[in-house]
Amino acid sequence: MTSLSSAPRRVRDAGPSGWLAAPALIFFLAFAVVPLIGVVFLSFTSWNGLGEIKLEGLSSWTTVLTDPVTGNALVVTAKIMFFSFVVQAPVSLLLGVFTAGGQKYRAALAVLYFLPLLLSSAAVAIAFKALLDPNFGLGPGFKLPILTQDWLGNSDLVLFVVVFVIAWQFVPFHTLIYQGGVRQIPASLYEAAEIDGAGRFRQFWNITLPQLKYTIITSSTLMVVGSLAYFDLIFVLTGGGPGYSTRLLPLHMYLTGFKANDMGAASALGVILIVIGLGLALLLQRLGGKNRNASQLEGA
Amino acid sequence: MNGYKMKIRKMRSAALAISAAGVALSLAACGSAGPAGSNVSGDSATMWGLTGGNQPVMQKSVDSWNQTNPEKSIKLDFFANDAYKTKVRTAVGAGEGPTFIYGWGGGVLKSYVDSGQVADLSDFVKENPKVKDRYLPSVLKNGEVDGKTYALPNNNVQPVVLYYNKEVFEKVGAQPPKTWDELMALVPKFKDAGIAPFSLGGQSKWPDLMWLEYLVERIGGPEVFANIAANKPGAWSDPAVTEALTKIQELVDAGGFINGFSSIAADSNADQALMYTGKAAMILQGGWIYQGMKKDAPDFVKSGKLGFTTFPAVEGGKGDPANVVGNPSNFWSISAKATDAQKKAALDYVKDGMFTDADTKALIDSGAVPVINGIEDKLAASPDKDFLTFVYGMAKKAPNFTLSWDQALSPAQGDAMLSNLDQIFLKKITPEQFVSTMNATTGK
Repeated sequence: MTSLSSAPRRVRDAGPSGWLAAPALIFFLAFAVVPLIGVVFLSFTSWNGLGEIKLEGLSSWTTVLTDPVTGNALVVTAKIMFFSFVVQAPVSLLLGVFTAGGQKYRAALAVLYFLPLLLSSAAVAIAFKALLDPNFGLGPGFKLPILTQDWLGNSDLVLFVVVFVIAWQFVPFHTLIYQGGVRQIPASLYEAAEIDGAGRFRQFWNITLPQLKYTIITSSTLMVVGSLAYFDLIFVLTGGGPGYSTRLLPLHMYLTGFKANDMGAASALGVILIVIGLGLALLLQRLGGKNRNASQLEGA
Repeated sequence: MNGYKMKIRKMRSAALAISAAGVALSLAACGSAGPAGSNVSGDSATMWGLTGGNQPVMQKSVDSWNQTNPEKSIKLDFFANDAYKTKVRTAVGAGEGPTFIYGWGGGVLKSYVDSGQVADLSDFVKENPKVKDRYLPSVLKNGEVDGKTYALPNNNVQPVVLYYNKEVFEKVGAQPPKTWDELMALVPKFKDAGIAPFSLGGQSKWPDLMWLEYLVERIGGPEVFANIAANKPGAWSDPAVTEALTKIQELVDAGGFINGFSSIAADSNADQALMYTGKAAMILQGGWIYQGMKKDAPDFVKSGKLGFTTFPAVEGGKGDPANVVGNPSNFWSISAKATDAQKKAALDYVKDGMFTDADTKALIDSGAVPVINGIEDKLAASPDKDFLTFVYGMAKKAPNFTLSWDQALSPAQGDAMLSNLDQIFLKKITPEQFVSTMNATTGK
């Protein structure tokens, strides 16, 4: 009798069955947690990928932490992260607001803006590599001296070229996020503002931006944490060069593991990458405030 | 009532979880089945080759073998050079490698031997003197580790050659350099004419290495690198290494290499295109690019505008100017993890399917010199006879043929060397820094 009376309450309190999370959890365990433990273990070993795995204590960690290339990779990663954010965030916010408008020409333009989303990073990299070639590229082809730079071979220029290509590829994605966010803002807010006599700029500043707060946090998190994972594009575009100019952390990890075949050091770099990524994601979530999960929508 | 409902709900959710787990497991199983091509169609032997000049030759050879020996058929896949080197090592380490492992000999082969990944072919070679006798002995030797044979040559001899554009040389009124001083004197001549003296695929890094290899060889002789390869402590401190690096930086300073060389990739053949289009006068590259140019710029090659010569001598150097660096050949190793049937098919192919008359002819027609005996007549009858006899003579007469350093050294050392040499060409580090960094990698 007691069980009968208490059972329904428990079910209601629990919400949907916890079992629904099982598939996702199993995937997460198999493809994230287990490999993660493997990486932490490998970082205390020395292994060339072929022979036996030898426990070596901290030697991989001392190699990695004393190697100037690691420090340089961290600096390059931070630079790319910063510049990508500074370039991508305003551009995609403005484009998102623009394409959220209902006008037909805006819808047509939006389709064009989203085209780069359809291309794989490798394809984007190969295309830009060909366009930027100092001997056979766009500049020499059209005899435009201003475009005839050694874009990918000049250590001072190459970082900005990489940031530009990344932005070209990822701005459409973030524009899409902002477009969705803007379209969710209730029209009544704008109507009220118009009655109060607020101009376009005031509306943008006082309604659109605050209403997009969580969209901005989501998009920024993806941008910042995502720049820890830029690999394929840069690998194909510059291979980390010239020298170490664009060898950012994920690329450094790959080259250490699969070119120099030092899996121990590569795993240590992997652990560093995970720690930085988690730290940044947590930090950005904190910036969102305590009630970050509450909806801002009217009536919700 | 409620208890009954709950039971059903529980059962349902349990079933859901189980089926989800099933999906996850089957997906995971897919993941571990390995790359397509490794173990498909049961037990046939698999072979991974490289794209490029020799691709059609290899394809033809395997096709005709499969036609006459359907029960011992071989499945062949091709990969680009740089991608292949990473892929095959990972695959071999994971026990998913092909039956035929394509290689260069040297340190990489040794690492396979040390971890028991490739089969010992010594007995096979002893039982089949015919196989051994067909090869040039100096080339065959590169497939041996500690006196045992683990790899057999499979294509052509590939010394590094100095190619030049005769048309451009005529225009400027210059002669190909015989000494390093002549080479340096040519640099301003070409620059004044608006032509880059040398093309270079610097982004790929290994073309940089050809300069270091030849300069060290010419200045210090073959012993310098022999000591490095033998992991003698401090072997990089040999003055020949420092002098070679200094000469490289002098050439960079003089503007010897084409604008933007560090963003030019050799895998896309852009480096050789710069030379045959006349934007650069010369290029130091492997013997294999002749095949590529023959295909990409047939008129340029056919009309005799392509010149080729040996690397210049260095005044006062100890090395014999006839010495050569490059790849003596590529090799087949047989995976130790292959099944007996795969191994048998593979060895039968090596014995009877490779270097058939048709193969040899196809190689020569493609513009390559097969690494086998008794082909002088065939080379002389080829339309590419000038280049082929030049390469053959170069390889045969060389008192010493040093294997490309990045292949001769262990992968860890090879990678460190290429990264640091890239820094030398970019003038980010001094020769002294290069030497001390490389000395620290000895034995790794």
